Amino acid sequence: MDAKSIHGSLVAQFGERITGAELSVLQPWAVVATEAIPEVAAFVKSDPDLAFDNLMCLSAVDYPKEPPPRMEVVYHLLSYRHHHTFVLKVHVPRENLSVPTVEGVWGVANWHEREAFDLFGIVFTGHSDLRRILLPDDWQGHPLRKDWQDPDFYNGLHVKPTAQMAERAMGGEKIGVGPFDFTPPNRHVPQ
Amino acid sequence: MSEITGLIQNKFPDNVAFTTVDNVVNWARKSSLWPMTFGLACCAIEMMATGGTRYDWDRFGLIPRGTPRQSDLMIVAGTVTLKMATRVKRLYEQMPEPKYVISMGSCANNGGPYWKYGYHVLKGVDEVVPVDVYVPGCPPRPEALLYGVMKLQERIQEDKVLRRKGETLGSLAGASMAAEATK
Repeated sequence: MDAKSIHGSLVAQFGERITGAELSVLQPWAVVATEAIPEVAAFVKSDPDLAFDNLMCLSAVDYPKEPPPRMEVVYHLLSYRHHHTFVLKVHVPRENLSVPTVEGVWGVANWHEREAFDLFGIVFTGHSDLRRILLPDDWQGHPLRKDWQDPDFYNGLHVKPTAQMAERAMGGEKIGVGPFDFTPPNRHVPQ
Repeated sequence: MSEITGLIQNKFPDNVAFTTVDNVVNWARKSSLWPMTFGLACCAIEMMATGGTRYDWDRFGLIPRGTPRQSDLMIVAGTVTLKMATRVKRLYEQMPEPKYVISMGSCANNGGPYWKYGYHVLKGVDEVVPVDVYVPGCPPRPEALLYGVMKLQERIQEDKVLRRKGETLGSLAGASMAAEATK
């Protein structure tokens, strides 16, 4: 099936809860209302024409400057049977970072959602084991948010390198633009 | 290295008898350095190559042991994350004396390519364990790692096991050599 028919089939089943789509790009996507994603997931997996039995990737994106500022959770789907792919997106407002889990539909979402929680802080309601997966368990904060700033220390270990460490590493050598001569400003944090 | 206490260690004067005994002991220690290879990332591949047939580290006496309890060298090969740092320290503490650490690759030396923006990377394994030899490279070639092992062997050969530290030999030649070897 091509992207138009997949989208048409979704709209026929869910109507107003498919709130947007972009079908003429390389990876066509459709936006689903946040509360409806488990239903849509179950439908696209069980429907014999769609048969999206593989969740290739689930990841989160942070858009602080888009109108409205939000995070998105992106689901990349693949069908082994029909050899077609599609992308579903869910908009998550930054004040209420919560999305229902699709772990019941695709088991691989267990770890992908843990990663999105670890790095972005998005809480997946109904998840069986939502805890950090990559960072240490006592880490503070969510690093892949656009307004993340590195802390100076973590449990007594340096996180940001100091100028003395740079001095030691470079061995006193100055080669033009050194590591501390230029730091690009973080455009997402008001200076 | 931490202080060693015992009945015969570091108790004897610096004369020819105990120097010879020390030479034999140090030769034995340096020729059978059993590493607990700590292959964490890409440097582990080069370490495997060093253990392979072309660059063979077995001819230096290095036999990799899987457990820290039976090894006397820890080669930290690869990126150490902050999550892993506590475990590196624990494994180092589980090794019996005398123990040595080789920091292999730029990630273990000072954080490597992740040192400025890697929020999860330990900026050098010497923040958690004392390092004896740093082998630069990303990754260092097997020959570079072997050179690092040979440098460590030179340092082990200069060590004072039975002899008291801080003393020097009487002769002029001995004085200058022992001044370097004093720890």
